[in-house]
Amino acid sequence: MPLVLPLLLAVVLFCLGVYGVLSRRNAITILMSLELMLNAVNLNLVAFDAWHLDGLATGQTLAVFVITVAAAEIGLGLAIVLLLFRGHGHVDADAARDLVEHEESAT
Amino acid sequence: MTTALFAVAGAVAVAAAVMVVTSRRIVHAALWLVVTLGAVAGCFGALQAEFVALVQILVYVGAIVVLVLFALMLTKAPTNPLPTLTTGRSPFAAAIAVVLALLLGAGVVFAFGNQKIEPVPAGSANAIGTSIFQTWVLPFEILSVLLLAALIGAIALSQRKKED
Repeated sequence: MPLVLPLLLAVVLFCLGVYGVLSRRNAITILMSLELMLNAVNLNLVAFDAWHLDGLATGQTLAVFVITVAAAEIGLGLAIVLLLFRGHGHVDADAARDLVEHEESAT
Repeated sequence: MTTALFAVAGAVAVAAAVMVVTSRRIVHAALWLVVTLGAVAGCFGALQAEFVALVQILVYVGAIVVLVLFALMLTKAPTNPLPTLTTGRSPFAAAIAVVLALLLGAGVVFAFGNQKIEPVPAGSANAIGTSIFQTWVLPFEILSVLLLAALIGAIALSQRKKED
């Protein structure tokens, strides 16, 4: 199998995730696009592990670690989204601008 | 054989990922995410990384997507199509994604264009477990502390204030 096949698949998945993060409005769909990007990274790690073959399974171990970090990230992210929903009644990432800075009010 | 299997699973993953980022219904996007993650697990299987494929199905499809569906229920996500789910800046987002894909793809082809991999069966649970608990045991322990911190953080965030 050519090495570029999994690498190009990972590139396509990562860029679809980038598009989703930039263009979606609902905060939960942004988190779902983030999962796509992490999956693309995992695909790269496993493909390079099958190419390099260092005998330690470095890439596959790191892929398992990334999956664990993704689980922690989605847990915290969804807790923050639920907090946003409880305080504002929506999960619209564009309308959540409590920290916006106004030029004239910054004296 | 594995190349054909990988190509089929990769095509399914890309098609489902397109549906994840373009679907007008949020719940459908979450369900397409299941298809994408399952197809990526198939790709891992074609690369002979069977333990990573099983962990992917267990953690992603079994835990993360269920968590996302629960969050959709708790935030009263509507099930009808929402035309405003994608913002008006999506053409710019698509342009950025296409430019990034061209750059990354050109770099990948330029660097690894004629490399071949022949997957060997080195991804069994036995091999990965030995590797984790011999070579990578310190990152493993740090990761367990990270998980504990994330657990405490999620509990602290979702606790209701006493005064209301």
